[in-house]
Amino acid sequence: MTIDDELIKYVEDLSKLRLSHEEREQAKSDLTAILGYIDTLSELDVGTAEGLSHPFKFVNCFRDDVPAASADRDIILLNAPRKKDGCFIAPKTVE
Amino acid sequence: MTIPFSAVEAAKMIKTKKISAIELTTEAFSAIKNVELSVSACITTLENEALDRARVVQTRIDAGEAHSPLFGVPMMVKDNICVKGVAATCGSKMLGNFTPPYNASVYERLLEAGAILTAKTNLDEFAMGGSTETSYFGVTKNPWDVTRVAGGSSGGSAAAVASGETFYALGSDTGGSIRQPCSFCGVSGIKPTYGAVSRYGLIAYASSLDQIGPIGADIRDCAAVLSIITGKDPKDSTSVEQSAGLDEDLSSMIAETDPIDIAGMRVGIPADYFGDGLDNGVKAAVMNAAKILEGLGASLVDIKLPLVKYAVPAYYVIACAEASSNLSRYDGVKYGFSSGETENLDQLYVNTRGEGFGAEVKRRVMLGSFVLSSGYFDAYYKKGLQARELIQRDFFSAFELCDVILSPTAPTVAYKIGENISDPVKMYLGDIYTVSVNLAGLPAVVIPCGFSDDMPVGMQLTGRRFDEKTLIKTAWAFQKNTDFHVKRPSIWKEGVK
Repeated sequence: MTIDDELIKYVEDLSKLRLSHEEREQAKSDLTAILGYIDTLSELDVGTAEGLSHPFKFVNCFRDDVPAASADRDIILLNAPRKKDGCFIAPKTVE
Repeated sequence: MTIPFSAVEAAKMIKTKKISAIELTTEAFSAIKNVELSVSACITTLENEALDRARVVQTRIDAGEAHSPLFGVPMMVKDNICVKGVAATCGSKMLGNFTPPYNASVYERLLEAGAILTAKTNLDEFAMGGSTETSYFGVTKNPWDVTRVAGGSSGGSAAAVASGETFYALGSDTGGSIRQPCSFCGVSGIKPTYGAVSRYGLIAYASSLDQIGPIGADIRDCAAVLSIITGKDPKDSTSVEQSAGLDEDLSSMIAETDPIDIAGMRVGIPADYFGDGLDNGVKAAVMNAAKILEGLGASLVDIKLPLVKYAVPAYYVIACAEASSNLSRYDGVKYGFSSGETENLDQLYVNTRGEGFGAEVKRRVMLGSFVLSSGYFDAYYKKGLQARELIQRDFFSAFELCDVILSPTAPTVAYKIGENISDPVKMYLGDIYTVSVNLAGLPAVVIPCGFSDDMPVGMQLTGRRFDEKTLIKTAWAFQKNTDFHVKRPSIWKEGVK
């Protein structure tokens, strides 16, 4: 598996990352080497294994439906890079 | 008066009024000042806060409220675990200015048990790494040889215990991040069963693999910490009530009433873990440990874990996939680093993440996005999950023949700073003996068992799900009959007055 220019751009987009030219060249070479190693998985006969996304089978657990206080708005906003009138400020997303 | 190595012994001295929590905290900062410039184990130190806290704790001790085995003992917390009002940087520029408004559940429990926080410790950025070289805040050095790495990602916690800066510390372990630095620094640690300890307040890396656990001077100290932090937490739906009998065994270990008997214990030796790639000195130390356990009455059993060679590929597929999802929360809007004003939201995301994440984090996020992407999902992510299932089955079969599994922790002793950082595949292969345990969700302990090239070697004992008790008992029997765990690097100021 070789990571070429097209694929690295695709992965950057998926990852919401923008790499410099040097970073991109390094990433292409690193990811190609890593995937080359990961490809050893293709030798493994997995038979009928369905796959394990969690180490153990968990049963959904529900808490009792008891009202409790929500987090304080000021506390939630404490670490916000930009805020105004009790809200996060983000760039305009609709025209 | 000599300050003991052990946190449990220090707590006994406090309880018997031989020393106060305030004096012990002052001593802890004296040790920090002696070695921190050489070791760089800490990101944030909290001297004034710790001394204030020590006064409060001492008042409770004087009122007869010292009910835990570690009451009044200074400790440190890895900087990916939230403590209210104290920066939690995760070793990243991305969270360099983040101050959690809440405590992790483990810290809440330790507070109730009389802990005194002295510092937050260094780690690989977002706990992604095995050497603490990827931290935005600099490299932690190995106290045995400061030209070598401390291991990682909990390198700061392990180095702080090894150099005498703290009695114990919390770490986290996603693929070996407690165990490998313990091996490199000559200290003891526990990676608990998945679900044994609440992850609430642990900054997520790979949520189906992450667990918080203790690092200490010996396994008894680690058991004492585990007895406090383990159990069901309503804030983490994957946590469960467990560890029946841990408290009773711990009480007996602390009181030193009963001899630790491991006669008849079946110790599995997986030949697949002792083959190519394992340093001869490490192999000799671990095989010698097997002989010591045999001398204590255990029987050695040959077992097979043939899928070990698929563990690292499966781990990096699964861990990176989960990381790419978990780290999508860093958007420059809610908290953490933000690149500043941009024209649109997408630009804010890519600028913030491009500037805020370091190289290893970007590499893992991209790998994770790739293996989850359309067209590659089945060949990589699904195959990784299937390999994970088979690896877990391998362990279940092995435990029909043995009670614990003895193996090396890492293929080598601590290597030189900079030696592996530019070769990610080589770096990832260093995790070969630890990642299977996380994939299978099992508990494991690491304790020192010898030296190679004048550096410590740690042995790993892996157990059945929620059978931390047998692991601790075996490790404590070993430590009661050996002195590897009381050897300290020359940087340690032994017998601080």
